[in-house]
Amino acid sequence: MRRLSHNLHFARNYLREEVLPSPFCPGCGCGTLANCFLKAIEETGYVDLKQFVFCSGIGCSSWIPSPHFKADTIHVTHGRSIPVALGIKLARPGLKVVVFGGDGDLVGIGLNHLIQAARRNLDVTVIMANNMIYGMTGGQIAPTTPLGVKTSTTPFGSFEYPLDASRLVVASGASYVARWTTFHVTQIKEAVREGLAKEGFSFIEVIAQCPPIFGRRLGMEDGKRMLHWFRENSLHISKAKDMDDKALAGKIVVGEFVNTEKPGLLRNIDEMKKEATRAEQA
Amino acid sequence: MTATSGPGFSLMQENIGLAIMTETPCVVVDVQRVGPSTGQATKGAQGDIMQARWGTHGDHEIIALAPNSVQEMLNLTIKAFNLSEQYRMPVIILSDEIVSHLRERIDLPEHVETTERKEILQPPYFTSGDEFPKGMPPLGRGLAVSVTGSSHDAKGIRATSDPEIHRKLVEGLTSKIRRDRDKLADFEMTGVEDCDIGIISFGCTSRAVYDAIEIVAERGIDVGHLRLRTIWPFPEEQVRKLAEATSKVLVSEMNLGQLSLEVERVAPESTKIVQVNKIGGGLMFTPEEISSAMLQNVAV
Repeated sequence: MRRLSHNLHFARNYLREEVLPSPFCPGCGCGTLANCFLKAIEETGYVDLKQFVFCSGIGCSSWIPSPHFKADTIHVTHGRSIPVALGIKLARPGLKVVVFGGDGDLVGIGLNHLIQAARRNLDVTVIMANNMIYGMTGGQIAPTTPLGVKTSTTPFGSFEYPLDASRLVVASGASYVARWTTFHVTQIKEAVREGLAKEGFSFIEVIAQCPPIFGRRLGMEDGKRMLHWFRENSLHISKAKDMDDKALAGKIVVGEFVNTEKPGLLRNIDEMKKEATRAEQA
Repeated sequence: MTATSGPGFSLMQENIGLAIMTETPCVVVDVQRVGPSTGQATKGAQGDIMQARWGTHGDHEIIALAPNSVQEMLNLTIKAFNLSEQYRMPVIILSDEIVSHLRERIDLPEHVETTERKEILQPPYFTSGDEFPKGMPPLGRGLAVSVTGSSHDAKGIRATSDPEIHRKLVEGLTSKIRRDRDKLADFEMTGVEDCDIGIISFGCTSRAVYDAIEIVAERGIDVGHLRLRTIWPFPEEQVRKLAEATSKVLVSEMNLGQLSLEVERVAPESTKIVQVNKIGGGLMFTPEEISSAMLQNVAV
């Protein structure tokens, strides 16, 4: 047993020891995402997670912070993590509020909250693990499932077009949006650092493998094969922007979708308060 | 605090369960209107009695208070906030469209008593068995509090398959209310000694009952009246007391019989429970409708 502190994996400084090991399936992308996030935390210089509150809803990736992160974590109803994050940020503006969730949680049942938070440019970071399926419940079609893919509820293949969450959040007005896959560990880490430092709403979409529920249906039963698939099919946004839909079929467009300076909700509220005080005194 | 009417109340039931499970104090005002579904918008009703009790899934208790005047909207809102802090749970103000659109003169209290929230800085943070923490762990203080709507231990750590942890949690959450049922009973009881007939009312309906009691008094009929301010937890002792004092109890409500089911449950078999119901159009009971129900039932 290697128990000496200098031998500990860096991430264990930020994890609740008593809940380990994690319940994630072999080959799951959630572990990679947790690792990238915590690496960004470490590199930014946080020695613990005392300044953070994590909110999450329902689904596998909602279990990344709750209960694993040694921080204040709030695990709520399906799709409602963003409204809870909004409440916390308004009540405790000094805290860093981060939401973890899956595609079913954040762009399925909770989609409206995502759009409204981006529209308000709410000062929180939302990290979405997109596995393109409802994994926890047995592989039903999700809003992100690619056209033609067989799922447990579309046994002959999906007949719906998938939602492009990142482009939607850009259109809704967020300060920062990036999409990477679990193959791009360094880029995820950098995106988290960038997102956490950003004023306003930051959204990081991570295409994450779910080998037993999603990969299996594509003939990729282990995580490694799915990572290869991500590598082979990822295309940087700088190249993708001049390509048409036909050429982009089957590709995963990755990169920073937007990275801009724009007042966040908290600053706008403060400005309005000042304005109201001035009006009252006049 | 948040305020809504029937449809909004239906929509958010899942999160009332979350507040119960995470022991989060909050106040929800439900201004009851005609349902189900869109029903008749902005028209009064009292059809959410059972929704307030059982709208969210799983075993639980709830506190629901029913005001019958503008003054009580104020008083019971203050009380609801205090109870929600003391019991760390959602408290529902079960108003109705008629009470909520009233304009009346009120007395503003010079001093409002409020329950201060105590900070808990070490576990137990949550109820387990008989241990019910009086206070709340604050966020952002490095306590690493785990808050979850899933079953959890006293520290808040999720336990999704341990039967013992779940049993202790849910039994604890229900017993913290059940053991205080009498303490939580807020009511008005008049004329119970030597009455010819009893009546139970709440909310806007009670205002017609007051007048009806005067109408039948002119004919020499004495009515025992129990007006409930606390609907949940159901004031069993007080209802039993009225039901034991007379052979017939009317239950007047603007629905097709919801509170009457609870009255039947606690009343002795020898007492007949008679439903007096009215629904639709937002029309409240007239005193005459109630008084004629009283006269009809006394005569038999």
